[in-house]
This record gives sequence, structure tokens and C-alpha cells, in this order.
Amino acid sequence: MPMIHMTVNGKAVKGHAEPRTLLVEFIRDTLRLTGTHVGCDTSQCGACVVHVDGHAIKSCTTLAVACEGAHVTTIEGLAHGTDLHPMQEAFREHHGLQCGYCTPGMIMSAVDMVNRKGHDLSEHTIREELEGNICRCTGYHNIVKAVAAGAKAMQGMAKAAE
Amino acid sequence: MSATGIGASVKRKEDFRFITGKGQYTADVNRHGQAHAYFLRSPHAHATIDAIDYAEALKMPGVCAIYTGKDLADDKIGGLICGWMIHSKDGSPMKAGGHPALAQGKVRYVGDHVAVIIADTLAEAKDAAEKINVSYGVLPANADTASAMTSATVHDVAPDNRVYDWHLGDKAATEAAFAKAAHVTKLDIINNRLVPNPMEPRAAVGEYEEGSGVFCLHTTSQNPHVARLVLSAFIGIAPENKLRVIAPDVGGGFGAKIFIYAEETVCVWAAKKVGRPVKWTADRTEAFLSDAHGRDHVSHAEMALDANNKIIGLRVKTTANLGAYLSTFSSSVPTYLYAPLLSGQYNIPAIYAEVDAVYTNTSPVDAYRGAGRPEATFLVERIVEVAARERGLDPAQFRQMNYITQFPHQTPLIFAYDAGDFNASMVKALDMADYKGVGARKAASAAKGKLRGIGFSSYIEACGIAPSAAVGSLGAGVGLWESAEVRVNAIGTVEVLTGSHSHGQGHETTFAQLVSDRLGIPIDNVSIVHGDTDKVQMGMGTYGSRSGAVGMSAISKALDKIEAKAKKVAGFVLEAADTDIEFKDGKFTVKGTDKTIDFGSVALQAYIAHKFTGAQLEPGLKEGAFYDPTNFTFPAGVHICEVEIDPDTGVTKIDRWTAVDDFGAVINPMIVEGQVHGGIAQGIGQALLEGAIYDKDGQLLTASYMDYTMPRADDLPSYKLGFTETRCPSNPLGIKGCGEAGAIAAPPAVINAITDALGHENIAMPATPQAVWRAAQKAVMKKAAE
Repeated sequence: MPMIHMTVNGKAVKGHAEPRTLLVEFIRDTLRLTGTHVGCDTSQCGACVVHVDGHAIKSCTTLAVACEGAHVTTIEGLAHGTDLHPMQEAFREHHGLQCGYCTPGMIMSAVDMVNRKGHDLSEHTIREELEGNICRCTGYHNIVKAVAAGAKAMQGMAKAAE
Repeated sequence: MSATGIGASVKRKEDFRFITGKGQYTADVNRHGQAHAYFLRSPHAHATIDAIDYAEALKMPGVCAIYTGKDLADDKIGGLICGWMIHSKDGSPMKAGGHPALAQGKVRYVGDHVAVIIADTLAEAKDAAEKINVSYGVLPANADTASAMTSATVHDVAPDNRVYDWHLGDKAATEAAFAKAAHVTKLDIINNRLVPNPMEPRAAVGEYEEGSGVFCLHTTSQNPHVARLVLSAFIGIAPENKLRVIAPDVGGGFGAKIFIYAEETVCVWAAKKVGRPVKWTADRTEAFLSDAHGRDHVSHAEMALDANNKIIGLRVKTTANLGAYLSTFSSSVPTYLYAPLLSGQYNIPAIYAEVDAVYTNTSPVDAYRGAGRPEATFLVERIVEVAARERGLDPAQFRQMNYITQFPHQTPLIFAYDAGDFNASMVKALDMADYKGVGARKAASAAKGKLRGIGFSSYIEACGIAPSAAVGSLGAGVGLWESAEVRVNAIGTVEVLTGSHSHGQGHETTFAQLVSDRLGIPIDNVSIVHGDTDKVQMGMGTYGSRSGAVGMSAISKALDKIEAKAKKVAGFVLEAADTDIEFKDGKFTVKGTDKTIDFGSVALQAYIAHKFTGAQLEPGLKEGAFYDPTNFTFPAGVHICEVEIDPDTGVTKIDRWTAVDDFGAVINPMIVEGQVHGGIAQGIGQALLEGAIYDKDGQLLTASYMDYTMPRADDLPSYKLGFTETRCPSNPLGIKGCGEAGAIAAPPAVINAITDALGHENIAMPATPQAVWRAAQKAVMKKAAE
């Protein structure tokens, strides 16, 4: 089995993976980072979204061996200690989650959405951009509010960093 | 109202772990030395199993065991059960066919369990499954609800596939009402089959500890104690004291995780056989095939009106598809959870309903969010809307003139509605939806070449699913009370053990609000414990919108006992009789004095026990309660949907959604609103997008997210919510329940809006763009001809 090397949530990691091992399996089973979830097997639901080299991808349709040398961020890597990322805080503040299963993927997709589309997101944009993330609990009403608020809060974070 | 008490929109305590990826779902549970299970499933809807040859598969890398139905039978492991007895009109019991966890001699639906392969890794188990050679004798399939009774026999016990022919109501009185009717409205109605689809697929980890002889099962369950009861008493895995069932974080249920399935049964049994923990996780297609589906009714309904447009009678004939086997509570869904709701919010003196439940070669059907009540509501609210249109009446006014206005109200079908104000919800909803302006909005849409319609749904449901004696008399095999235990620690923090289970509902927050409010202690000092049969002694779990009305009432009852005991302790400390002690805002005070002691100090005194002798009072502060309600609860409300249809594309856009609900007392408005949002989304999904489709050979054509249309963010609108409140008189907190309302209310509101826009009634669910386009072309041509 090949040995795979990656940087996951800022830490250098390595592990054996079969050529058929999916990135999500490597993250969940080898690295035991179980915050990234599997909700389907057809790349539709988005529960498995992580960031690879700064872009959101579905880790259920990415081979682990294809990520050799990549920088991967999972939901566990988003907060700094107990300081939540503004998008995490926005999901809690706006009740954007119920069972929590789709939530890690939703948050990772939402952060990526802000990175691509900016901080002033309309309801229409958010709904269209969430096409690849399915939630069965919330009816999306509060997720849309959370993403809009999280996007604005990320602007504050970016300004503070400047 | 305190910031964390009853009625406050407290942010959820459970959220931190979910937003940081620290939730612990069953698939996240890993045990040293665990093996992985993979189920070989039938590719045929209906076939005999003539031989299973797995000699080659056993030699594949990593394989530790392969088992079939014979191995279960040899170990005297019983079949899966249906826990609700329904009797036919002639008094005969329902015809329950055997339901082995692994097939014995015959498979009855695509996805039926043929064998389990247990291997070091899941990939190895799947590889080995490909080497198993099963000789099937393919039989004709029976996959259509309406024709099931004249199709191939699924179980020999029911040659015509009829599980029962059941009825409810006064047939003669109903016939008499129709005989004197001034107008009769008739409607054929299909309630489409749905797949519940919680985002977390089902999973199980079975373990066996040789030293103690104790089995442990982690499973994605809404009711771990019921799972333990069934696995122990009926399936025969182990006695209850040797079987621990844990349902940790569960990623949504919607009914599908109430039931006791083959996979968890096999995993926990096999853990002892192979001497290793056995883990199974469903992939999404397995979930589509093997999770119990919902709905699937074919009905004909007739409504009788008198000359003043008062509803005087309703008769209904329904065929309900229960699939290939009777799932855990399946038999109750199209009977007692369905027909008694056919009175809706209306004063109807005579109702008669007949239900034929049928076997087919399809996945078993059982309770899905609303369970029977959405089917009843869709039927009633569609036929009421059509009747109003046929009589040229405003659909809101027609409803208002037929509403029940006096409570309690005994319907002709079992239920005694205890409290409500249906018109208050309607009046508020009409205002919020700007009903007066709909004519102008229709004209504006028409000017753009669009069709606009408005639809109402005036729903009522029955929740709580108790009292136990009442449901027992209707055939339930269990009692439907709830339990709670309140453990006060020596420094005044509190653990509450509840038999309810949370899989998204936020119990860790709402239940803590009740305790914080009642004991006057900070909400962070309260922890809610659920989902583990070793911690919580017994419970009935979460479904039927019952956790607030029944589960929290049990906690309330235990808190009554805590308060009574604590007053005794305070009495000894303050040197007063306990009857002279008042408890308010977390302080015990001797009436009319300034002698006072806070809750935490009383807790400490209860445990150090220095102020009283053992003969005077038992030390400690821990109380339990079982709570059995005195009636069902009856949440009700009005939802109004406004759609705009593009006749060129058939796309239905939901432009406005107004919901006014009466859930009785509300503990956390933020969480309740979230429940309504999610319920409406599932109801819109049923109306516009979702449908489980079988072909004539019994193949499920919609077995992935590529084929079954889950509602996505851009399919749905934002919702406008309002509330009215009549407290529920049958429980101490006045709660009616909110979990299923949206899914019950939404489908008829959508279809009533679409048919209003189209100007004819000929559209079925799901009203996909293709179906709406065809229907819209008819409407456009009809208009052109006029």
C-alpha cells in the first residue's frame, strides 16, 4: 500500500492507503478525524466537504493518493482553540443546524462560498451556491441566514487581521 | 421570564460539538479489533433462494465469516416483529408474514437481506460478496399499490396480499348523511411513497464481552430502549440485563430510525459468533432500499354538503401499501394514526373510513414524519378545497363556516379534541399572507404570462400517542408513557436522565430550560442524559411529536418530587415544617419570614445529612417519575402557500409561505420555528419533488440522490411564521408538540395553490416541472378556447 503524506489542519500527517481509498476514508479511518461525514455515495449531499489547497472539494469522490502533498483543512481545523470561526459562530447564533450531520460540510462550503463570492451574499446567491449541500432538518431557512451573517462576520475578521 | 427559562430562545447547548466536528455518531464509534459487515442483498423483487454457494467467498482475503438465514435459525434468533395488532372487520387478526433478519428460502423485495459477509475491512467484505453465487428462482413481482390484491402472493398467510381490511366510523349514519346531501364532492387521491432520508445513514456496532456475557449495540435509533426490548424479548439476542443499547448522536430520524431492522440484529448477534466487534454503515443506496419508506396510499373520498354548504358526511376508501414485510409499527400508521384524523378541523357529524393494507414486493413502509396524519390531512384539505371551488365559495370562508368552535369536541372517530381556536389561526394567517391582495398579485403574474395560485391547509394532528391504556385498547403492544430521573448532585448541579431521545430536536437545551426555570439554577448546571440503556432505566423514545408533551411532563413530575423532598430538607435546616416552606427563584423560605436557604445549599444538606436522622428523612436528592398522559395532544394551524407557475417551463416557484400554528405552550421559540421550517421543507418535497418509483419488476428506480429529488436550498422559499396559543389541558406544561406539523400541513397547501393557478384539479404529487407543464398546457389551451 502506498504511503500518503499531507498537511491536515496544519499538521504533517502520513498513512498507508490503498489506491482505491477515498480521501474521506483516509481522514475518518486513518486519521480518526470523524467530523467529516459521509451522507451519500454520488457526490450529491456535501456532508464530506473539506478544503484541499484552499478550495472546497467533496472528499467522498477524491482519492487519497491524489492528495499527496496537499494542504487539507477539515471542520476540526477551522476553529483556533476555543475561538470559533465566524461561520461556526453564525450557525450556532442563527440555529442553522439541528441534527448536526450535514453541518461540517455546510460550514466548509459556506466558508468557501465567501472566499469566492465575497462578504455581501444575497439570499439568491446563497441558495444557489448551496446546491451541493443537502440538509434534511432545517428547511435551509436558518442556514441561509447563518451564511449571510457568517459572511459579514468574516469580513470583520479579515479587517481585524489587516 | 429568565434569559434561559421557559419561553426563551436559548442558543443550543449541543451545538458546540456539532459545529466543531466533535459529534459522536454511530459511524464514528470504532473498537479495537473490529470487523466490518456487508450485506449481500437481493437484486430481485420476488424470488425463491434455491441455493447459496459461498465457499469461494470464504477464501477471499480478510474474510472471517459469512452467515445466512440458516445460521440465525440454528441459533434460534427470531424474526423481526410488528408491535401493533390490527383486526379486520370480521375480527380476525392481521396476517403477519414471517420476517427473518436474513432471508430464509425467499426474498421479497430488492434489497432484502440474503447473507452477511464479515471481514477485516469493508472493502474486503464487498470483494467477497461478489464471489457468492446465489441461485434464485425469479417469481412475478407485485409492486403496485392499487393492483396488489390481484397480483402475485408475497406471503402465503395472505394469499390476496391483504394484511387486513379495517374500518372505522358509523357506516349507516354516513350513508344516511349522503342520502340527504345537497351536493357531493368526489376525489381520487394518491399519497406518493417517500423515502425519509435522514442525512446520517443507519449504522450499527455490535460488541460482546466474553467475561460478563454482556452484549453492547451502538445503533442509530430514535428509541434505544424499545430496540433493547425487541432484541431481547422477541428476537432473543440476550436478556435485557445482558444487552446494552446505545444511541449516541443520531443524525436525523424522521421515523426511519424508530424501527428495529435486520442489520443491527445481525451485527450484535454476529459479534459473539466471530469474537470481534462488528461494524456496519449503510451507504445511501442501501438506505434507499432498506430504510422503511413512508406514505403510499391510494384513496377515493366523497364529501357530503347540505344546502347551506355545511359538511354533513365524509366517506373514504384507502388502499395502503405496507411493502414486503410488516415493519415495527407499520400496521398502526394507515389505521389509528390516519383515519381518526379524517375529521380535520371540521364539525362533521358522520364519517366512515375503510382501509385495506396490502403486501407488495417493495421496501417495508412504516411511520415517516407525521405518519398517517399527513395522509389524512392531504385527503381532507384537498377535498375541502375542491368542495369550496365546486360550490363557488371562498376556500377560507368555507373552512371557517365548518370549523369546530366548541371544546372539548368529540369527533365521530375516537378523538376528543381538548382545546383549540382554529379560526384565530386562520384570521391571523389571512392577515400575514395579505390574502386581500392576492387578486392584484394574480393579475400582475398574468401580465407577465405566469399563473399564480393560492392554497390553504387547515390541519390538525394527534400527538403524544398516549395514554397507554388508550393505545393498548387500539392494539399497541407497548405503553407510550415516558420516564425521567432527576439527580441533584451535592453541590446543586443536576443531571436529568430521560427516556426521550434527541436526534436534532435540541433536548439538551429545551429540557435544561425547564429544569433551570423550575429550580432557579443556571442552565449550564443542568446536563441531559439520554440514549443509553445502562444509564436511563427505561423509556419509549422520540417520535409522534411526543418529547415535549410526554417526555418533559415526566421531567416536570420528577421535579415536583424533588421540590417536595427539598422542602423537607430545608424544613430541617430552617427549623420549620415543610408545609411552611415556599420555593421560589431557587430559594426556600419560611413563609412570612426572612429565613431562607438556596437550592445548592439544600442539595448539600440533603447529602451530608447532618440536620436530620435516617429515621426522619432519607438522605440524598434523586427522584424518578413515569408520566402517562390523559389524552392525545392536538396541535393545529393554518398554512397558506402562494405559487407562481411558468407555463412555458412548468417550474413552480413558491412565492410566499405563511404558517400560523397552535402548539400550546412553547419552551424555546427558536427551536420550535426550526422544527416548523424543516417540516414544511419535507412537505414541499413531497408535493413538488420527491417520489419513490418502482418499475413493474419491483426495481427501485429512485435509489440515489441522482434519481430521488431531495429538496435543496434553491428549491425552497423562506417562511413567514406566526403562532396562536391555546394551552394543552392534558399535561402539566400545556405543550401540544411541533415536530411533525410542517410535514403534515404543507403538501395540500402546495397542491391547492397549484390547482388554483391551473384552474383544474388534475395534478398529482410530486408536481414536477414536467407534470405541471403538461397540466399548464391544458389550462392555457382551455383559456384560449374560452
